[in-house]
Amino acid sequence: MSARGFLWYLSIGTVFGYVLTDAHVVFLSSIEQMFRFQAFHMYGVIGSAVVTGALFVAAARRFGWFPVDGADSPIHRYPAGWKKYLFGGTVFGLGWAMTGACPAPLFALVGAGYTPLLIAIAGALLGTFTYGCVRSRLPH
Amino acid sequence: MTSEPLAWYIAGPCIAGCMALLLLSGKRLGVSSNFQSLCSLAGAGRVADFFQIDVKSRWWNLTVLAGIVLGGALAAAWEPALKTLEPAWLGGAEAWTSAASWLWMLVGGFLIGFGTRWADGCTSGHAISGLSSLQLPSLVAVIGFFIGGLAMTWLILPFIGTP
Repeated sequence: MSARGFLWYLSIGTVFGYVLTDAHVVFLSSIEQMFRFQAFHMYGVIGSAVVTGALFVAAARRFGWFPVDGADSPIHRYPAGWKKYLFGGTVFGLGWAMTGACPAPLFALVGAGYTPLLIAIAGALLGTFTYGCVRSRLPH
Repeated sequence: MTSEPLAWYIAGPCIAGCMALLLLSGKRLGVSSNFQSLCSLAGAGRVADFFQIDVKSRWWNLTVLAGIVLGGALAAAWEPALKTLEPAWLGGAEAWTSAASWLWMLVGGFLIGFGTRWADGCTSGHAISGLSSLQLPSLVAVIGFFIGGLAMTWLILPFIGTP
């Protein structure tokens, strides 16, 4: 990766982390309020991101900004199925509600000074490692 | 201290903008696969094939991850009230010395790391990238996120409490 590429991806990550933190997406209280249906905020953030993102993808297809549908598309096409998505998603959701953080927020929080979240990151690495060891025995 | 969050109708499009910039660069927005890369860098490939991946081709994503840390730091530096919003048992210095906090975060983190790899994506990969490209598997995954989150919030946390 060139120095220019490094700065480019670092900048995109910086904007992403800044917005997640500034919009309170990273905080336990926001996730609690989302799962308790006490606030619209998180639904607004995710919903408006998806709508804007879908409009962008549709425009990219229409105007040919990048390949959207082919095998050479940067968009990851998830294989059909439901078990791994439903079961894996449910396991992740349990952890999301416990810590109030999904993967990106864990790192943004450490940057914001909440260093004990490094313990949760260690737990996530342990979880990913364990998945890698037992995945052949899980339904996918 | 109190802090007003950035409005959702600004935050959401900004997040989509990050995804758009990555797609225009030939990359995609998906944070949790970095856990697999980090395990691989730590040598997990010697234990499980799942970690025998070409991390070189994923450096760009680890760079995005470093940027996320930086972004959190900049936001907190710009608005110090953002440093006061997590409960002490989760983000405060005393969490380092609390066995309950350690256990809570190790278990919570474990579920995040295990579940996201099983589902092949997290909130950024499935909810943002996957739903934006109208993929059914991502909708199933997001339904799973909410089944797990609602079960924890309504069925489990009321009985076990928080540290």
